[in-house]
Amino acid sequence: MTVSPSAAAEQKKFRIDTVEHAAATPGTELPWAELGLKEDEFNRVVEILGRRPTAAELAMYSVMWSEHCSYKSSKVHLKQFGEKVTDKMKEHLLVGIGENAGVVDIGEGWAVTFKVESHNHPSFVEPYQGAATGVGGIVRDIISMGARPVAVMDPLRFGAIDHPDTARLVHGIVSGIGGYGNSLGLPNIGGELVFDSVYQGNPLVNALAVGVLRHEDIRLANASGAGNKVVLFGARTGGDGIGGASVLASESFDATKPSKRPAVQVGDPFAEKVLIECCLELFKSSVVEGIQDLGAAGISCATSELASNGDGGMHVELTNVLLRDPTLTPGEILMSESQERMMAVVTPENADAFEAIMAKWNVEYSWLGEVTDTGRLIIDWAGETIVDVDPRTVAHEGPVYQRPMARPAAQDSIEANSFNAERPFGSAAVKDAILELMASPNMCDKSWVTNQYDRYVQGNTALAMPDDAGVIRVDETTGLGVAISTDANGRYSYLNPYEGAKLALAESYRNVSTAGATPLAVTDCLNFGSPEDPGVMWQFAESVRGLADGCRELGVPVTGGNVSLYNQTGGVAIHPTPVVGVLGVFDDVARRTPSGWRQDGQAIYLMGTTQDELDGSEYANLRGHLGGKPPKVDLQAEKLLGELLVNASRDGMIDAAHDVSEGGLAAALSEMALRFGVGARIGLGEVCERDGVDLFTLLFSESQARAVVAVARSEEVRFKDMCSARGFAHARIGVVDTEIGALDFQSNFVLPLDELKAAHEGTLPRHFG
Amino acid sequence: MPRIVVDVMPKPEILDPQGKAIAGALPRLGLTGFSAVRQGKRFELTVDGDVTPEVLEQARTAAATVLSNPVIEDVTRVEVIPEA
Repeated sequence: MTVSPSAAAEQKKFRIDTVEHAAATPGTELPWAELGLKEDEFNRVVEILGRRPTAAELAMYSVMWSEHCSYKSSKVHLKQFGEKVTDKMKEHLLVGIGENAGVVDIGEGWAVTFKVESHNHPSFVEPYQGAATGVGGIVRDIISMGARPVAVMDPLRFGAIDHPDTARLVHGIVSGIGGYGNSLGLPNIGGELVFDSVYQGNPLVNALAVGVLRHEDIRLANASGAGNKVVLFGARTGGDGIGGASVLASESFDATKPSKRPAVQVGDPFAEKVLIECCLELFKSSVVEGIQDLGAAGISCATSELASNGDGGMHVELTNVLLRDPTLTPGEILMSESQERMMAVVTPENADAFEAIMAKWNVEYSWLGEVTDTGRLIIDWAGETIVDVDPRTVAHEGPVYQRPMARPAAQDSIEANSFNAERPFGSAAVKDAILELMASPNMCDKSWVTNQYDRYVQGNTALAMPDDAGVIRVDETTGLGVAISTDANGRYSYLNPYEGAKLALAESYRNVSTAGATPLAVTDCLNFGSPEDPGVMWQFAESVRGLADGCRELGVPVTGGNVSLYNQTGGVAIHPTPVVGVLGVFDDVARRTPSGWRQDGQAIYLMGTTQDELDGSEYANLRGHLGGKPPKVDLQAEKLLGELLVNASRDGMIDAAHDVSEGGLAAALSEMALRFGVGARIGLGEVCERDGVDLFTLLFSESQARAVVAVARSEEVRFKDMCSARGFAHARIGVVDTEIGALDFQSNFVLPLDELKAAHEGTLPRHFG
Repeated sequence: MPRIVVDVMPKPEILDPQGKAIAGALPRLGLTGFSAVRQGKRFELTVDGDVTPEVLEQARTAAATVLSNPVIEDVTRVEVIPEA
């Protein structure tokens, strides 16, 4: 397999389509349609170049202008994230949207970078490797910012739990994430697990990574300084994942075209681990000027982005690329998505130092060429020019579409179809409903999944699943740390995409503040159906507008993320699923608030008020109903609740806190009791009266801006005064009782924790073994 | 009893981290004569009685659906080994 570059060139198994040849043969038929380009896009390439593209240029344009890489359908909407940002919001932002990942100042000279991305399509085709390389890809984004990756999270969505294909995907994807992340030695501190038949042919595998760096360590992806050398290092380039971005992730699955599924990539986490350490040493020794990871679109993306972000030019010799498969054509080399590769720009003076570090870590590298100030990206193959383009036209000036959008006609009837099935009435019926809810696929215990992930490796995990947010200590001496949560509710977004996006943001924000951290920044992974469907495009536009408005109202900026379109099979789109990750900061993670109570006699308070909001709820979902309006979102109330929770944590008033969201108060109380196996006596009569709702509605409604907290007896007065002073509704609803081993809903029913635990923990093992 | 041997190899264009690790280990042991290693796997399916064309066909189906992952692996051999 090891073939020297020159030998590969000499083989010349294929006729090379040079720029000169292209200019002389304008009439040549090119497979632009097979590569995913539309006719007008191809014509634009011809117009830009003033001639037909070479095979290699066509390969580059087709992958870089794909939906996945160019954001051609989403760009016009995503602008809002920049436009709706105030200077105040940017206060903590060191690097914003547009780089590999955003960087946020968390104080004491430390910064954090985080980002969530999708790997949906590859994970459906090959679940294990698809999910594994999803983790690998997002981790490389973090490294390329100059940061040390410290944790990952994985929001996952599958089809119906009892569908025959679901087990294949769950087993493959969960073990792929665990296999890669655990091998890298990164704790997996949370995520989501949702089952819904809309994701049957299109599971969502989103991967978030977070990294830590000192302010002075920030690295950007640009190639500056004419004469500086361009180097490719890490794994060799093979034929894996060719066209993954252009074809696989940019078109709907269609059973009639199985041949459109190119080979997927196989990851090697141990190679990535070496790459992490090697890159960190490169940063520490300041031997690289700019760096870029290779993900979707491989070398096409890295060369054109580095060049257009820097001095504008680059000249490389493609036969210098180290290959795993010597038969690859230049076009394939440019498109290959082989994993565990990085590209860097190094000054000639630092070349020796660079090579020494590569030798130390036993990482293969090859010098490809140099940065120029010509404004052209020139790629040669054995001395003959096969690519001569303005890199900006490849990387940044791709097509931009104002896709038609239309509110679906069915939206009115969806909104009118409120949940009005018969509600459980009476103690026994409500108790059974709680047990049914807590055993349901979306509300059941997730440890079957999270136990396959290493959650505490590196020893800096302060909280992980099943707590509200994952918490990681950044500085071991001061305890400075961050909390991250990811949330989305596809059903809410289906009912109202604008409100749904705000609700996802609100929940994520609430989770972070429930853990005790002050929310600072947002990353998002927007999973939608086909942008060529005006209804889906409307959902997308509404979601982006909702998220941008919500971020502005909460004062937290979007720092980066990813858009995944074409998530549909056979013409049916998934629910709009805008996954929102919120990052918050802790001065000291030692004061984190866990999600379960432990201390006998502590008072249990419900913060916030409850309305009759069962549309789109987990309970309605259990009854197979989806219609009506999602719960009302009040971001001012969320902000206030967040401040109260953080203050209560800082001042040591609360020992446990859990947000009330999916599954309502019933789920919140059950999860708090099961967290440490400690029961409580609960009295809800007064709250029912105050809010004007019955017991069932109080327990199952999904009204927003609520949380349950456990307050030490000695702190009760202070806690109540704080809530009253800020005008935030709060009510004492019970007392922690370490003796009874049950949730005793006084004057109604007693729910033994054993019974609850058996129902809650039995579901995933029963389906997946 | 006869056995049917099934060999499965990672597709040539697919990265083989195990093979790569072995290729890296060989020179450290002084075994320098090899330029690459690819690691596959071998299955032995034991048959009660004769290997009829139907049984062999079943073995091929098993090889293509259960024993290999057609997305990243190729079945390189399905062969009957007579009774020893």
